[in-house]
Amino acid sequence: MNQVTPITRATTLKDWETDQEVRWCPGCGDYAILKAVQRTMPEIGTAPENTVFISGIGCSSRFPYYMETYGFHTIHGRAPAFATGLKLANPNLDIWIVTGDGDGLSIGGNHTMHLIRRNLDCQIMLFNNEIYGLTKGQYSPTSRVGTTSPSTPYGSVDRPAQPAAFALGAGARFVARGFDVSKELPNVLKAAHAHKGAAFIEIFQNCIVYNKDVFEDFAAPKGAEDRQLWLKHGEPMLYAKGTKGIALDADELHLKTVDVVDGDWEAAGVIVHDVTNRSVAHMLVEMRFGEFPMALGVLYDDPRPTFEADVWRQNAAAREGKTADLQGLLKKGQTWTVTEGGPEL
Amino acid sequence: MATAVVDEADKRQSPLSDAVVVRFAGDSGDGMQLTGGQFTLSSALAGNDFATFPDFPAEIRAPQGTLFGVSAFQINFGSSAIDTAGDAPDVLVAMNPAALKTNVPSLKPGGLIIADEGEFNDRNLAKAKYDANPLDDGSLAKWQLLKLNISQLTMDAVKPFGLGNKEALRCKNMWTLGLALWMFDRDRQPLIDWLNGKFAKAPDLAAANIAALNAGHAYGETAELAGPLKQHHVDPAPVAPGLYRTLTGAEGIALGLVAGAQLAKLPMFFGGYPITPASAILHHLSRLKEYDVTTFQAEDEIAAICSAIGASYGGALGVTSSSGPGIALKGEAMGLAIMTELPLVIVNSQRGGPSTGLPTKTEQSDLYQAVYGRNGDAPMPVISARSPGDAFDCAIEAVRIAVQYMTPVMLLTDGYIANAAEPWAVPDLTTYEAFPVEFLTEVPEGGFKPYGRDDKLARPWVKPGTPGLLHRIGGIEKEVDTGHINYAPGNHQAMTDIRKDKIDGIKVPDQIVELGAEGGKLAVVGWGSTFGPIHQAVRRKRAEGLDVSHVHIRHIWPLPANLGELLKSFDRVIVPEMNTGQLKTVLRDQYLVDAKPVNKVSGQPFTIAEIEAAIEEALK
Repeated sequence: MNQVTPITRATTLKDWETDQEVRWCPGCGDYAILKAVQRTMPEIGTAPENTVFISGIGCSSRFPYYMETYGFHTIHGRAPAFATGLKLANPNLDIWIVTGDGDGLSIGGNHTMHLIRRNLDCQIMLFNNEIYGLTKGQYSPTSRVGTTSPSTPYGSVDRPAQPAAFALGAGARFVARGFDVSKELPNVLKAAHAHKGAAFIEIFQNCIVYNKDVFEDFAAPKGAEDRQLWLKHGEPMLYAKGTKGIALDADELHLKTVDVVDGDWEAAGVIVHDVTNRSVAHMLVEMRFGEFPMALGVLYDDPRPTFEADVWRQNAAAREGKTADLQGLLKKGQTWTVTEGGPEL
Repeated sequence: MATAVVDEADKRQSPLSDAVVVRFAGDSGDGMQLTGGQFTLSSALAGNDFATFPDFPAEIRAPQGTLFGVSAFQINFGSSAIDTAGDAPDVLVAMNPAALKTNVPSLKPGGLIIADEGEFNDRNLAKAKYDANPLDDGSLAKWQLLKLNISQLTMDAVKPFGLGNKEALRCKNMWTLGLALWMFDRDRQPLIDWLNGKFAKAPDLAAANIAALNAGHAYGETAELAGPLKQHHVDPAPVAPGLYRTLTGAEGIALGLVAGAQLAKLPMFFGGYPITPASAILHHLSRLKEYDVTTFQAEDEIAAICSAIGASYGGALGVTSSSGPGIALKGEAMGLAIMTELPLVIVNSQRGGPSTGLPTKTEQSDLYQAVYGRNGDAPMPVISARSPGDAFDCAIEAVRIAVQYMTPVMLLTDGYIANAAEPWAVPDLTTYEAFPVEFLTEVPEGGFKPYGRDDKLARPWVKPGTPGLLHRIGGIEKEVDTGHINYAPGNHQAMTDIRKDKIDGIKVPDQIVELGAEGGKLAVVGWGSTFGPIHQAVRRKRAEGLDVSHVHIRHIWPLPANLGELLKSFDRVIVPEMNTGQLKTVLRDQYLVDAKPVNKVSGQPFTIAEIEAAIEEALK
């Protein structure tokens, strides 16, 4: 919904790869996400030197070491706070935050909420694998009830957080979903980058060691068209090769699935996706997989002024017509002069 | 209405001399801090040297009339050098029974109590847990008592202005101030000008307050003939000619940080979170945007420091500030700043601890936290300010070390320095040497090494956005020179040594002796806000002929190179501090000197007498 940053220099995928050996487990979904990002960056067209990847702690947070950009691997859960200071110091930088379900929603949930609320211009990629990987497999705030893990041998009892709903509830102006091996992921990343403001992307990521195939029920290629709803602005919410759609139950005020006969989706009442419709976005993030397909793509995208722009505008206004006369400032307030004859105002 | 209940001639021998201590005490709603602040200005204009001590409750609006709701402001002013807010007041102004009860024990024998008897009704006496009215029962016989119905006198004075009862009574503090101005022969005009400015939009309130001020003053003039009330003139103190202002520690820190950033030629980014008594620094800086200052009120203490580190990474001077509990939360991020070797200034306005402790009271108990309080071997420079004026210079010094050595620096102050005001000779900024930062902008000869080092062992500072110098940093152990992730045993040893050597090698000025000789029988070693009482106590004891010297340490870490030798040149060393012996332990550890602790952890500063007693004890 925004202007795309003008291309400064043509790059290729190779320009975004570092010489560092990638150290994720073989088969980890992170590899696919890394490739998708490295493949997308040339298309986005920003310069590597103006790009900064900032992460917290966790498997996903090793990401910056593998991007040939500026990068800051910070402390657990706090990447949004570092990003805020950096962006306020230099709003021209293109900032990508890489976080996970534990990093971004558990220890750092507070910072994620405030970053989104303030609407700092950046992309937040939250890799959701519903598990703590780097600490060897404890259940996470997005794990489903009953998840058995080293810390929950009898199954977890607390209800999971829903990242996209959390983001929207915090005031997000851009919410999208994708998954690691999806061919659509680059398009989601491009849309997130094109959005001026905090762009929240939940990326389902397969932890093959501690939570293998936990998203297979919708991510598996076989039967995917029946279980994935890829949202496109201006197009009807259709899936299952156009034989099913999402409509509004006007009496109960919730979404429902409907059958579409002979492609007549209008007759079935299927909703046309409008990424700026916040009410529908709230219903989309709450749509339960199983009863519904998994809503993927750009769920919501409606920009508003960004935090750093407002701060810089206010700073500029406050500086208007003033000179930075520090010596003068020191003399301000309650002063008096002592002369040989004694003090005077 | 004034009644001199104590009339013996011996008590009329006024204890007032060339230095006077006055304490204004009242309910937190009585405006005592404002009264004290204005009386301070008046002292400055009279040419007196002075020191102040505001002492107020943590509760914002404590229930009226209660003992825990008492707010007090003490000022010591005189015609010679004043180092502390004074031990025991000569004059106590008590606006209600609770204020009398909590403050009268510290009044000098023979000192003067001025009490608003209008407030000594049954209800307020009960709230202050008095069984009988102390103004009438003779329990105050060892002091001089002047009981006035200040409430009624104020109401009478402001009657023509048609204020409601509540608003009229709010002028009580101005009536009291008027009386105090008369007592010490002060000019009212600056106060009248100030009131006119403050109430420019409400001329009625201005006029009422001025009327109250004048009425208090006139009361003094007419009541002088009878009773204990005497006018007392304190001559100006001999001070160097120049421009002076009052300065609180929070102002000193804020202005010093701005000056430091300008000397470094950097924009400043301040990330803060509200906490007593550190918030005032955030408030001051948020109004100084034209000095290339950006302030950010973060969602918590952790985000405050992390945003500051993020800004430093981006090429600004990152600064954060808090008090003990908030500093504890920032610990992990300090470790990251040490690991990534980014400049950062962390200001700790210490307060009583542990945990929430005593938010509005002063203490020096975060020294261990500052020097040692992080996981891993995480060395960090620590500087401590001794006074509001010194805080200005310490802030500049903290910025200099942070940017020249690429390190976080902890600047310690405390609740006493933060709130207290002192006269400050406005410095000439052209006398400060600039230390402009040079960012690395191009690949140097021999290739770019993100963790390469200069002669100070500092790594290069590269702003993101610089072509050709792309690199990654983070909290995992870095490889020597390249900064890549490296867990190898030899590399960790080497990097740990480099981080330690860098901080140990910071050049700090040699330790001087503030008062007395280098070497002798006794050194009194202090740091931070204990400067005043130590200095005055040593001065007095030296005047009595005792062999005692005052050493006051600004650079807590690394310590001055000559400090060990200096301490060993004394037979005995005592270390007064407002904790259970933290600097003492550091000195013992570093130099194997038999430093003895002198401790006070009551939330109140040392009195001069307490230090004098410690000196006498040590020299026995």
